[in-house]
Amino acid sequence: MGSRLSITLLALAALTTAAQAQDKTSDVIARGEYLARAGDCTACHTAAEGRLFAGGRPMPTPFGTIYTSNITPDPETGIGKWSADDFYRTMHNGRFPDGGLIYPAMPFASYTKVTRVDSDAIFAYLRSIAPVNQKNKPHELRFPYDNRQLILGWRTLFFSEGEFKPDPTKSAEWNRGAYLVEGLGHCGMCHSPINALGGTSQSDAFKGGLIPMQNWYAPSLTSNREAGLGDWSIKDISDLLQTGVSARGVVYGPMAEVVHNSLQYLSDADTRAMAVYLKGIAEASSPPPASSALPNTESSLLISLGKTVYDKNCASCHGTQGEGKPPHWPPLANNQSIEMQSAVNPIRMVLNGGYPPGTKGNPMPYGMPPFAGLLSDNEVAAVVSYIRTAWGNRGTPVSAREANELRSAPLN
Amino acid sequence: MFARAAALAAMLTALAAFDGAAAQMANQPPDTMAARVEACTPCHGNKGEGTSDVYFPRLAGKPAGYLYNQLLAFRSGRRKYPPMNYLLEFLPDPYLEAMAEYFASEHPPLPQPAPSEVSKDVLAQGELLATSGDAGRNIPACVSCHGPGLTGMQPGIPGLLGLRAAYVSAQLGAWRYGTRTAKSPDCMQLVAGHLTEADVTAVAAWLATRPAPADPAPVPKGTYALPFGCGSQPN
Ligand code: HEC
Ligand code: HEC
Ligand code: HEC
Ligand code: HEC
Ligand code: HEC
Repeated sequence: MGSRLSITLLALAALTTAAQAQDKTSDVIARGEYLARAGDCTACHTAAEGRLFAGGRPMPTPFGTIYTSNITPDPETGIGKWSADDFYRTMHNGRFPDGGLIYPAMPFASYTKVTRVDSDAIFAYLRSIAPVNQKNKPHELRFPYDNRQLILGWRTLFFSEGEFKPDPTKSAEWNRGAYLVEGLGHCGMCHSPINALGGTSQSDAFKGGLIPMQNWYAPSLTSNREAGLGDWSIKDISDLLQTGVSARGVVYGPMAEVVHNSLQYLSDADTRAMAVYLKGIAEASSPPPASSALPNTESSLLISLGKTVYDKNCASCHGTQGEGKPPHWPPLANNQSIEMQSAVNPIRMVLNGGYPPGTKGNPMPYGMPPFAGLLSDNEVAAVVSYIRTAWGNRGTPVSAREANELRSAPLN
Repeated sequence: MFARAAALAAMLTALAAFDGAAAQMANQPPDTMAARVEACTPCHGNKGEGTSDVYFPRLAGKPAGYLYNQLLAFRSGRRKYPPMNYLLEFLPDPYLEAMAEYFASEHPPLPQPAPSEVSKDVLAQGELLATSGDAGRNIPACVSCHGPGLTGMQPGIPGLLGLRAAYVSAQLGAWRYGTRTAKSPDCMQLVAGHLTEADVTAVAAWLATRPAPADPAPVPKGTYALPFGCGSQPN
């Protein structure tokens, strides 16, 4: 009797440990899912109307089209046979299990900063999702870019392997933000100038650049003349990252994708940590000397036409003084993203309109109509010149040719 | 006395708070669907009645389920029109549903039918196809699905009135060439696949000459049986 009782107790104890272990794995999987969101794996590894993480999404590059891989646990076509070591090697060192080189279209140059523990959690999560049997599509890269050995040269120039090293002179919050922005967030993949070799050098990190093929300008995150957030409040930065709209401005284009698939899911604490870090890396920069390629008389004519176009088409939402009705109708006065040297974004905004992403914090965003069919090149140039220079804004006028060229920019 | 002073103070505070709230509201766009779809109305009209552009369709009064299916298809890129694909890309399902319901519940009058540019014979051929089909060529009558009054059926079958000939031809062409597809089984693709260019011109022209019916509302679900299954119209 006594022995049976103790056996029962033992069995119970075994059950509870099993349950605890179970709990622990489910915790790890949940954490892995969260980290996979922070890394925005789905943006690339899930195709439109495709199954989760089954890959096959085309990524146009100047060198041809790359197709993303199936990272579901299917043993034949996915990563079902991989070990946690194999996976860490891909994330950390950009290599396949057999040592083969991975194209940097997979952001391993950022993911190398991810810790082993976090990499293992992501792997545990990926192993828990539904396997999908779907063969990877071969890349369509032009000679000589179809030769993976070329990646070696790229790696020598632009890749430095290594997990994130906290800066002991900074707060834990700052370091957490840095870890997320530089690592899983791979923000530098868009927000750094890309040179002719398709790489980003360390010294140029977060200095801004035109995204090849997409024709959107990802502003500098360090210069307050662009998207540097030095004079933003932590609340406004957090709002922008988490909901897509803020009192200072909104996200659109490729950044709307980032907020939609990734940033809206981050916890308040992680969002705040990123905000603290982003505010911290902004360098004080003096306003640029206004200089324009357009002759003076031409630009003043343009700007007076611009005011007419603005009052008729834009003021109902953005206000006669560019004050907007923030956060839903963003202010245009003192809005950095309009005043930047590159006028690509405001021109495209006027041509294409847009909705900020629908997020938990802003599930029914307000939208802006596309004006491509309503305004001529000259009117687009005029209204963009006007908003870049009115109300104390310090941008420069743009020409009708620039407006015309962006009419053919790809919309997806 | 003291109590009254306190009450007065409370009332004043409440008033001030109300004032503050009102000021804040004034600084916000109206909390309505109409304000949220202002991005759509330059092309579709303020109430979804359509615009002068013959390729921009009317949305008003179409079944909400149908409109929602279209918004899902534009968002995923299955139905292609880049300006709309772009606008909808990051909007969640419940919001698209709300947009669909908004336009479905608007009822601006149908436009006056435009005088037709095609011959009487062509119109007669269009009428025949729409109302009787052509059994010899496996073409079912349009009315067999779109309804005897061509006003459509809840939740997934749109009416065919108030659309311009250019738009209807473009849509039938898109199905024939596979650039527009609907939920499988895609019955419209089967129908359009059997139509010739001449059929398309004829039926689109005849539809555009139809006057507005007394009641343009789509009939309730299940009012009549379809000749064969359509993915967009669950049984
Ligand atoms: C910006 C696009 C992009 C993002 C974001 C991205 N990947 Fe990738 N990934 C790729 C591409 C492209 C490849 C194929 C590279 C190649 O063939 O050399 C790839 C390959 C891989 C592979 C190798 C699989 C195989 O068998 O080919 C793994 C594993 C992987 N990614 C995991 C991830 C994880 C986990 C995340 C999120 C933390 C992620 N990726 C985010 C683009 C991306
Ligand atoms: C119906 C209201 C509405 C009208 C009219 C409108 N906009 Fe907008 N505008 C918005 C909304 C909403 C956004 C945010 C869109 C997004 O995030 O994709 C926006 C964003 C912008 C931005 C980007 C702001 C930022 O924070 O980076 C610019 C620039 C802009 N609008 C300029 C204009 C101009 C110029 C016109 C007139 C030609 C105009 N808008 C007309 C509602 C409107
Ligand atoms: C796929 C490319 C891409 C990635 C990845 C990306 N961004 Fe952006 N980002 C953009 C573009 C393009 C813009 C300009 C459009 C805009 O202002 O929304 C932008 C704008 C911004 C802005 C300025 C918004 C404003 O209103 O001034 C901030 C801040 C920002 N990004 C932060 C980040 C952070 C933090 C990350 C990483 C978690 C990140 N971005 C990742 C492309 C990207
Ligand atoms: C630039 C003009 C334009 C804008 C802006 C626009 N649309 Fe459209 N819309 C079109 C055109 C053109 C079509 C037909 C496309 C085709 O040929 O398939 C269409 C088709 C549709 C349809 C399908 C109609 C049917 O009967 O099949 C719906 C629903 C719709 N739009 C809703 C919207 C909503 C909601 C918005 C705003 C979020 C919007 N549209 C913004 C031009 C526009
Ligand atoms: C078997 C049923 C069926 C028949 C027969 C049929 N249709 Fe349809 N039709 C549908 C359904 C269902 C849709 C909605 C498809 C979707 O969800 O996109 C549709 C949509 C359409 C549309 C798109 C309307 C818009 O606003 O964009 C047009 C145009 C159309 N049909 C024309 C015709 C014509 C012309 C005929 C006769 C030659 C016809 N249909 C016969 C079922 C049918």
